[in-house]
Amino acid sequence: MSNAIGNFASGLDDRLTIASWSRRNIRKVFPEHWSFMFGEMALYAFITVLLSGIYLTLFFKPSMTEVLYDGSYVPLKGVHMSEAYASTLDISFDVRGGLLLRQIHHWAALLFVAAMSVHLVRVFVTGAFRKPREINWMIGLGLLMMGFLAGFSGYSLPDDLLSGTGLRIAEGIMLSIPVIGTYLSFFLFDGEFPGDEFISRLYGIHILLIPGVILALITAHLLIVWYQKHTQYPGKGKTNDNVVGYPVMPIYAAKAGGFFFVVFGVIVAIAGVITINPIWGYGPYMPDQITAGSQPDWYMGWLEGALRIMPNWETVAWGHTISWNVFIPAAVLMGIVFTLLGAYPWLERWATPGDQTKDHNLLDRPRNAPTRTALATGSLTFYFLMLIAGGNDIIASQLDMSINAITWVVRIGIFVIPPFVFWITRRICLSLQRKDRDLLLHGVETGTMMRLPHGEFEEVHAPLSEEAKAVILSKETIEPIPYPEKTDANGVKTPHYHLKKMQAAVSHWLYRDAVPLPSAAELEAAEHHILESAEKGAPVMHQMRQLEAEGGVMHDPSAAEADRAAGVTVPHLDAEFDQKAEDEKGQQAD
Amino acid sequence: MKSLATQRRKPVAALVLVVLVLSLIGALYAAVGSATKVQAVDAPNSAEQIALGEKLFVQSCSSCHGIGGVGTDEAPSLVGAGEASADFQLSTGRMPLTAEQAQAQERTPVFSDEEIMAISKYVGSLGAGPSNPTASQLEYENADLALGGELFRTNCSQCHNFAGEGGALSNGKYAPNIRNASPLQIWQAMITGPENMPVFSDQTMSDSDKQAIIKFVNHLDNEPSFGGWDGGSLGPVSEGLTVFLLVIGLLIGAAVWIGAKVR
Ligand code: HEC
Ligand code: HEC
Ligand code: HEM
Repeated sequence: MSNAIGNFASGLDDRLTIASWSRRNIRKVFPEHWSFMFGEMALYAFITVLLSGIYLTLFFKPSMTEVLYDGSYVPLKGVHMSEAYASTLDISFDVRGGLLLRQIHHWAALLFVAAMSVHLVRVFVTGAFRKPREINWMIGLGLLMMGFLAGFSGYSLPDDLLSGTGLRIAEGIMLSIPVIGTYLSFFLFDGEFPGDEFISRLYGIHILLIPGVILALITAHLLIVWYQKHTQYPGKGKTNDNVVGYPVMPIYAAKAGGFFFVVFGVIVAIAGVITINPIWGYGPYMPDQITAGSQPDWYMGWLEGALRIMPNWETVAWGHTISWNVFIPAAVLMGIVFTLLGAYPWLERWATPGDQTKDHNLLDRPRNAPTRTALATGSLTFYFLMLIAGGNDIIASQLDMSINAITWVVRIGIFVIPPFVFWITRRICLSLQRKDRDLLLHGVETGTMMRLPHGEFEEVHAPLSEEAKAVILSKETIEPIPYPEKTDANGVKTPHYHLKKMQAAVSHWLYRDAVPLPSAAELEAAEHHILESAEKGAPVMHQMRQLEAEGGVMHDPSAAEADRAAGVTVPHLDAEFDQKAEDEKGQQAD
Repeated sequence: MKSLATQRRKPVAALVLVVLVLSLIGALYAAVGSATKVQAVDAPNSAEQIALGEKLFVQSCSSCHGIGGVGTDEAPSLVGAGEASADFQLSTGRMPLTAEQAQAQERTPVFSDEEIMAISKYVGSLGAGPSNPTASQLEYENADLALGGELFRTNCSQCHNFAGEGGALSNGKYAPNIRNASPLQIWQAMITGPENMPVFSDQTMSDSDKQAIIKFVNHLDNEPSFGGWDGGSLGPVSEGLTVFLLVIGLLIGAAVWIGAKVR
């Protein structure tokens, strides 16, 4: 019997060679840190979206055919509405578990994009996008964009007042694209907005096209992570050429599997107790209606904010209006942001000496890349200001402020606050680097003051742990690419002079001011020094610990007396003390 | 027309008119026997009431609105503002105005119900304007709820939000939360259009439409929150905050917990 199974298994393995594949891969090691979980969080949120979405497809009718509502939600009985909206009402009120599933789907969708965004920030500030991982960075951006589209298309499906309002704005953005805008809009809406085709068109895109693309991208993303191996934070025994962590089986897989249930559980719990998108309250979409507090889901909020703060600029050219007030904030801004995000890894590589060939498997501590970290905080500030502008009416009414004041603060703020945050972040990073250097040179301050026999106070310093030392020493000291000479020694013009100058400028911008690590000689001297201090302080520390346990006080002189009386001696301190006492006596005698 | 209007402004004429209208209303109310406070109006007392109202008005309102409510630089004329407007402003505590603010705030009323009625009668007597609805006009129980919802979303939700939670207007002004407004106040707000709110006169909105709206607003406050806690019905902004502060927060906690070395 067992033989038969064994034969079958080995026969199968001969053909599929699973065993050796999995032997190799099961022992694959993954490093561990809580900040590495955001990607997983996004993945599990996506799986949750997928599962709940499948349930919704069983009941949702993607049609704009007008019907009279006759379901169980009384305040809308007899109201004309699209079949899409009516079926979403049915899901909410007449399908068993429908409302919960709708809320799971929507909360998970919000979490999906949120987790991706936080993941992106983590990858950016730790430099995980560097060679060889630029491709995966680009795939990640693709996923983020697909997340936006998936969410926005889903938000538009139920055909309630909010989704219609969102589509109206989307139409406005399309129309603002010069020349092709009108054609594009007519093509997508099959004529004048809203038409009666759009929801069914969107449906295919939402449940098939976008999830398909996302699945493909996720697969590629994960395969690449697998193949390139995960990066790790610096630490003892961690190098650019190894991976320290747990093997996939069983530990990492168990933890990851557990985390899936945590994510899923949290989503379901939230969906069970907090309303999201109460479409029954918004009512069916009617082009002549609108509600105060019409907002997109959060990931579109920054674009909404950009629209809200943009001054009302328009140009009329050859009888056509170009709406800069819509085109710039909604279309151009998004293009600029994603282009910059996509270009950054290549730009940094170009301006980093020696990076053209080097692989990076060890992450940067954010403080060790001050300009990059400051870019992140500055950009995030810009982003949050936009989000604030996007919710300006809610903020105004909740905090009793003037909506116009908020708009103006943000209008001016986006030019002033991010540069300031950039500057201050760089300062903080550099002073953290200085602190690291001090730690290497002087050890850890124990906070214990020791009074030397001749009256001088000295703080006891303890050596850094090996781990902490390895973390600090992981820093690469990068000299910016030097500015090129216009001509070389022989008077020959340097080729690509201007390009090289620009490269050097960017390089200086990224790497100037870095605090160098101490040299090997300095380190050795420092080590000596610290050990000496620690040794000298050891009895004091020891005594203090004993005293503290008894609730005693260190600086109480009688304690030392008592110690002496009890015969506790601290040999070399006592010797010094006696010597000092002798000296003083001698001086008095003089 | 103009002469008629000037005739109407004459105090005596106004008084006569008011007495006439009031006695009519009083009779109607007596017939209906409803429990609304307007019912307390008693025709014979109205002259006294107006006198009391005038006295209170001179004390508390004329500094801004002028003697006889003709208006000053501080405040608009109340001639023709109507009884409904005064009643609304006083019963929601907006008047007498106190602080210099972008908009009069709702407060607990300064005056007693009787005083409010007296002052309202007096303001009503200053010139023809919107008067309070009759008790039967306020009977909204049989109105069409779904129609009310549609009318609400067409006419009111752009300022007051789909759930009546209120919203911001320009320059620190706002449309208040109206979920707790009484049927009488909703009616008064519609026919007088306080501050930035448009007037929904009888020509633009029939009585039955108004009743439907009242029914809908009343329903808003009584409807259970089907999906769980509604986050103040503020829409996607509070949902986004929840995702970042609550959901991501919980999950980071879990990630740190799972990531913690087991030893
Ligand atoms: C501090 C000055 C001030 C005082 C005192 C004051 N008001 Fe007003 N009132 C205003 C201003 C300003 C407005 C117009 C803006 C507004 O509605 O808030 C106004 C508006 C009104 C309106 C609405 C007018 C319309 O056209 O609909 C009524 C009714 C009114 N007041 C009644 C009163 C009554 C009755 C009192 C006395 C109890 C009073 N006010 C006291 C300043 C004042
Ligand atoms: C243009 C915006 C706007 C529209 C549209 C609007 N309102 Fe108002 N509404 C306001 C403002 C502003 C106030 C506050 C006035 C004040 O403070 O004096 C208000 C006040 C009210 C109040 C009084 C609230 C209270 O508790 O004191 C009620 C009731 C009300 N509105 C109902 C309605 C209804 C019903 C509709 C639709 C038929 C409507 N509003 C349409 C702006 C609007
Ligand atoms: C790729 C990630 C996805 C995201 C971000 C996403 C997002 C959304 C959102 C925000 C809504 C609006 C829900 C509401 O509040 O009513 C929605 C609706 C819907 N989604 Fe998705 N979705 C995704 C994938 C899917 C998939 C894979 C399916 C099905 C296989 C699906 C099926 C549906 C259906 C049927 C609706 C309309 C029903 C309703 O609104 O209740 N979605 N989606």
